[in-house]
Amino acid sequence: MKTPKRARAGQYVALLAYLVFLAFPFLWLISTAFKPPRELASLHPTWIPRNPTLANFRQAFDEQPLLHAALNSLLAALGAALIAVLIATPMAYVMARRRTLLARAATGWVVVSQAFPFVLVIIPLFLVLKHLRLINSVPGLIMVYVVWALPFALWMLVGYVRAVPVELEEAAAVDGAGRARTLVSVTAPLLAPGIVATALFAFITAWNEFFFALVLLKTPQKQTLPVVLTHFIGAEGVADLGPLAAAAFLATLPSLVVFAVIQRRITGGMLTGAVKS
Amino acid sequence: MRRRWITALVALGLLLAGCSSDHDGSGGRITLRFQSLAWQEESVAANKELVEEWNATHPAVQVAYVQGSWDSVHDQLLTSFEGGEAPDVIHDASDDLADFAYGGSLADLRELLPARLMSDIPQRSWRTATFGDGIYGVPFLQEPRVLIANATWLKESGVRIPTPERPWTWDEFRRIAGQLSGKGKYGVAWPLKEPVSATLNLSLSTGGQMFHRGADGKVTVRFDAADALVPRTVHDEVNTDGSASGSTLGMGGSDTLPGFFGGKYAMVPLGFSYRQQIAQQAPKGFEWQVLPAPAGADGLAQGVSPQTLSVAADSPHKKEAAEFIDFLLRPKNMVRLALGDWMLPTGTEALKDPALHTAMDDWATGTALAAHLRSAPAQSVRGYPEWKDKVATPAFQEYYSGAIGLAELRKRLVEDGNLVLARYQR
Repeated sequence: MKTPKRARAGQYVALLAYLVFLAFPFLWLISTAFKPPRELASLHPTWIPRNPTLANFRQAFDEQPLLHAALNSLLAALGAALIAVLIATPMAYVMARRRTLLARAATGWVVVSQAFPFVLVIIPLFLVLKHLRLINSVPGLIMVYVVWALPFALWMLVGYVRAVPVELEEAAAVDGAGRARTLVSVTAPLLAPGIVATALFAFITAWNEFFFALVLLKTPQKQTLPVVLTHFIGAEGVADLGPLAAAAFLATLPSLVVFAVIQRRITGGMLTGAVKS
Repeated sequence: MRRRWITALVALGLLLAGCSSDHDGSGGRITLRFQSLAWQEESVAANKELVEEWNATHPAVQVAYVQGSWDSVHDQLLTSFEGGEAPDVIHDASDDLADFAYGGSLADLRELLPARLMSDIPQRSWRTATFGDGIYGVPFLQEPRVLIANATWLKESGVRIPTPERPWTWDEFRRIAGQLSGKGKYGVAWPLKEPVSATLNLSLSTGGQMFHRGADGKVTVRFDAADALVPRTVHDEVNTDGSASGSTLGMGGSDTLPGFFGGKYAMVPLGFSYRQQIAQQAPKGFEWQVLPAPAGADGLAQGVSPQTLSVAADSPHKKEAAEFIDFLLRPKNMVRLALGDWMLPTGTEALKDPALHTAMDDWATGTALAAHLRSAPAQSVRGYPEWKDKVATPAFQEYYSGAIGLAELRKRLVEDGNLVLARYQR
């Protein structure tokens, strides 16, 4: 059935409005990052800085260890994404293929666990990590991020596994492939987009996470980007807006780059996971 | 295949075990962790320089500078105290100390601080960090709320310019704000995103107390005529006189600056340290000046919550931590910290420094107000944060916007407020 022209135009207008809504804060952030202080406090702000400057970037780098913090964030996010996917994939496979009472209970628990607020778990978690000597360490933070990302990653991957027709695996078995061969040669390639999408979710969650990093990392050498960004904010929420915008702009770049590189895969993955066969 | 998996898991275990800790393996040398909340360029530089100077002259007691953040300091400290991992020297504000002090997380400093420092800081400032019988922080920087004014606008209007010696009364301030208004411009813009502390602290000038401690030590809320004068002035300027902009009521101080620079408002009540932003951001040729806040029955009295330095109760090096605080707060050093943060030092000796008495950036006006600064009324009230968030903030916001009247404001602050406070005083 063809969509009427008017409806199609409406769809485009809605899409454009949504894009503007999404892009505005980011574009404003870029604009702010290049503005000198006098333009930041102008009653008539402009999109394009009248006197663009790199001073905010210089000040941000001079005042805070941004590169070091970015490296810590990258380590934590990559580590969390990798480990979460490694653990979640086989678990999701079992939960999707063996529809037992236990699997259903596990799925329910996964959904419920998403409702726990950070504040509820932070002090017990802090004490556990202290006992394990993992306070103020990136591996400790990775562990927390993995635990935090795992339920949702699992939930996502179960959908992707269910979308892979079991008949394909049965056909491979008929052709003589063993369990391992079937998983590696048949299921894994079909699951790849889903795994990438899940890994990306875990990466971005960890990259942007603030509260755990704030509480668990004590020394400047270990702090991640979101924590370092707060150092541009003073009492009563007063902010050093230029350097803050410059640092925040740099902090968003890795996520954008990762998205841009694997956009096609993730789109495929999301669509796959969204449809049950 | 299985062996590879086992190898990977062992490697992961080793990776997780390879963590760091804070132990100082330097045979006998002490390392103190100093968590600073300095955030402005000059302030961070001043703090780091002082730490370097200390380290250069104290090889046996080294200080590691740790950058904290005002935005998240309470949650971060709370967790650190619970886990026994708090920094040795803690930078905070006096209004954030009550729960930590009563909870036993901070060391009582009375036996740790030298007589020089104890006598240098006035009693009224020590009161801000006194909880029960103990002193749990050294108040060292503070800022009065002042009126930042468009100097040209005021001069052209011909109004009397107030000074610390001859400030405006609240009535005079209201009248002059009306005089300066018109044609879409306002005499004043009240940035009251955080209406409670601003209202309570300014109300000290009119004799407002709001919190009253009985003979049994229990605190109750009252809202008398003296408490009502400042809120009524703000309310009437916005809703009756049209001399204050209603749109700034939900703003933070920084948000009002574009309108101030753009000639929409003649005056903005702000903390003294906002001068740093104003000096940096004001358009070329824009003339601004600092005026004292209006005075009432109690003159220029004003509540403040100074920045403080505390020592963690769990610190194994309390004596050394106190010595470092004493070094940081020597008069010359206190002045450096004050200049870096554009604030006033609490120390009597530091306040005499010529750098704080210059006309440049109106330092002298602020310094003249230092003697009038008192402990904020809510400082030692247990349950104040909940009272503020759940009762007072919405009540004041509705009152200032004109949604409710004075009687309803009083009813909420007192009746609902006392129910909240009672829970903390059983």
